[in-house]
Amino acid sequence: MALDQDQKRDFKIIGTRPLRPDGIDKVTGRAQYGADQSAPGMLWAKMLRSPHAHAKILSIDTSAADALPGVKAIITAADFGDMRKGEAMNVRDHIIAKDKALYDGHGVAAVAATSETVAKAALKLIKVDYEVLPHVTEIQAAMDPAAPVVNAGFVEENAPKGYSENVISAYDFGHGDLKAGFAKADKIVSRTLKTAATHQGYIEPHACLASLGADGRGELWCCTQGQFYIRELCASILGIEESQLRVTASEIGGGFGGKTTAFIEPVALALSRKAGHPVKMVLDREEVFKASGPTVSSEIDVKIGMTKDGRITAGEAELRYQGGAFPNMTNWLGAQCAFAAYDLEAVRANAINVLTNRPKQAAYRAPGAPMAIYAVEAVVDELCIEFGLDPLDVRLKNAARKGTKASYGPTFDDIGLVATLEAAKAHPHYNTPLGENQGRGLSCGFWFNFGGNTSVSMNINFDGTVSVTEGNPDIGGSRASISMMAAEELGIPYEKVRTIVADTNSIGQNDVTDGSRVTFAVGLATIKAARGAIKEMCKRAAQTWGIDEDAVVWEDGHAKPAGPNAGGFEPLSLAKIARKSPNTGGPISGHHEVNAEGAGVSFGVHLVDVEVDKETGFTKVLRYTVFQDAGKAIHPDYVEGQMQGGAVQGIGWALNEEYIYGEDGKLQNAGFLDYRVPVASDLPKIDTVILEIPNPGHPYGVRGVGETSIVPPLAAISNAVSHCIGVRMDELPMSPPRILKAIKNAGD
Amino acid sequence: MVKVAIWGSLRSATDGAAVVEVEAKNFKEVLDALVRDYPGLEAQIERGVSMAIDGVIFKESWFAPVKPDSEVILMPLMAGG
Repeated sequence: MALDQDQKRDFKIIGTRPLRPDGIDKVTGRAQYGADQSAPGMLWAKMLRSPHAHAKILSIDTSAADALPGVKAIITAADFGDMRKGEAMNVRDHIIAKDKALYDGHGVAAVAATSETVAKAALKLIKVDYEVLPHVTEIQAAMDPAAPVVNAGFVEENAPKGYSENVISAYDFGHGDLKAGFAKADKIVSRTLKTAATHQGYIEPHACLASLGADGRGELWCCTQGQFYIRELCASILGIEESQLRVTASEIGGGFGGKTTAFIEPVALALSRKAGHPVKMVLDREEVFKASGPTVSSEIDVKIGMTKDGRITAGEAELRYQGGAFPNMTNWLGAQCAFAAYDLEAVRANAINVLTNRPKQAAYRAPGAPMAIYAVEAVVDELCIEFGLDPLDVRLKNAARKGTKASYGPTFDDIGLVATLEAAKAHPHYNTPLGENQGRGLSCGFWFNFGGNTSVSMNINFDGTVSVTEGNPDIGGSRASISMMAAEELGIPYEKVRTIVADTNSIGQNDVTDGSRVTFAVGLATIKAARGAIKEMCKRAAQTWGIDEDAVVWEDGHAKPAGPNAGGFEPLSLAKIARKSPNTGGPISGHHEVNAEGAGVSFGVHLVDVEVDKETGFTKVLRYTVFQDAGKAIHPDYVEGQMQGGAVQGIGWALNEEYIYGEDGKLQNAGFLDYRVPVASDLPKIDTVILEIPNPGHPYGVRGVGETSIVPPLAAISNAVSHCIGVRMDELPMSPPRILKAIKNAGD
Repeated sequence: MVKVAIWGSLRSATDGAAVVEVEAKNFKEVLDALVRDYPGLEAQIERGVSMAIDGVIFKESWFAPVKPDSEVILMPLMAGG
């Protein structure tokens, strides 16, 4: 279905690789991140955190801390409003505990003081009287009917019966007759697979500078993926009007979904309001691990039936996701994605959400999808081995394509999975011989992508340059891509366009930078804004020439007479029209506001070779290739960067990264020494192959590319390791001890 | 009338029906009709839903048109990272 009939195909700038506009600022240190802003009279904020995983707060005595010289304000949950429902309430209660501490590291009180040293000293003087409660941090234990209730009041009407109150919801998707489907299979494999909670691992900790007066007017500078959503949350939590709080997004040192919500900003604003001074708050790494939002951990039961010639006859999955002490959306997204790569007559996926004494999960690139697809792709791989079938051929045989009824309901339009699989099969990587102790794995991946609320403003400056103002923090190169789309549409050089990310009071509402939406939605709005400006420039040229507006066309950055009958006028360039705009009616601009729909889904295939040292259990990634449908790659460097970055984060998730909780309910590895992300020396070059199957919902065919790439690595690497050691791995991360244990168990 | 597919765990509110028929010409009218005809769906619709109309997922656009022969799939609210 063509949603945007005006698709453009003959590009001059799109698809090239111009220099990134933020590069010099970032390598010279001129870029301003969350912690880089200061203000006169500024105070420093620190948070007192619960040492218990679950404890009733009997009393908080701040009198000694209040008396410490230099302390200007102390707040607790009592300083916030009494909001009783909604996500803003959950965000508030996750940041600062009301009557119960719900996880190790849960905020209990916050201090603003004249220095960090004084603030830290004050924390030690706050006396909190806790009644320690039984805790639960793991899925099965939390589901037990006798489990301690983590956070009451969240059970939805469709929650499954027979479990504790920690099991709050179920979301069930699928179609067809499972019983009949499994009856057609020559072999059925059932397996339970587990993944650990991981952190997005962004380099920049959360940081902000807040100023809020007693009159309710405020300024907030913070590192975030969405300044408008931060404003909405803070205004709700603090009981102020959104128009009175201006939020400016800093440069951002990584987000990956983890900066789509608030962890510190309401606290800094509340302290500022109480103290009457600006307040700066910067988390340390331990706090980031303990009290921001990692992803869920999961247990997934998968059952798949296959004929001996490789046709999948039925697929069923039961997903159990824990995302800490509050509800999350990740479980239903996982259930919808689990079988999305396959064209199945009979399929069902059911997701259960379990509360535990852990921090509230946050989004992490394609939230919920990597673990669900890991489980399905591992079982498909196992069936391929059973029948001695080529895993790529099996996926091609069963691949979703145009006309497939997706496992989550809709019928697919133009999608790129088959083309992506065929590209992988034809690639030299797939046929390169493996050495001793080496294995090759592959996996499909899927993500929805979406658009959302978007507002763009474009000014045609008097000197013939163009300023684009948009409202989404640039976490993956969007300023370059948006400038390129503006330049392409206007027909001017890329260097003549500058795109900036505006604060909340300088541009219309924009949704968060998430869902792989920005290049799609902001790009779409930019193109439409440019078309508005072009219409006005054609009108100005028509007035100048004294001809009808319809007799003017726009080509290569010039207004031209539409044909010989329109008159023999010299074309007018954008710069000439702009220079004379004060004489022809005033400034020229373009705007577009839209709730962009029609984001095309995205598929990817990852291919990986590994070598496992069977004495130590160490896995070395030898070769890695990513194949992904980008619709249209606006700036291929950034698209490749997204594909490589997702693969690298997925390698960490598959091999090393995990939140480890002790029996005391405390996080054991809250730092990069004990929580090991991949570094450059761990990795081969990640090769990329971009497929371009245009999205009919975008003028240039763009699909989001930021999330799909983290979906396949978990299964691809697990399959490679399993082939290598001859044992099916069913739990992530595949750390050396876990691999050694699997080898030993198989030998016993 | 438009046929609307209901996901599994909501079917307790539709007497087990996987597909229900409602009178509607757009996204909002589908939701209004579902709440009116199947009150048990109201809690989920209040929490948030998206809708796939002829293969395109609409997150919240009330006036996205729905034709009598459209494929309409009720989905939970989309989110991303």
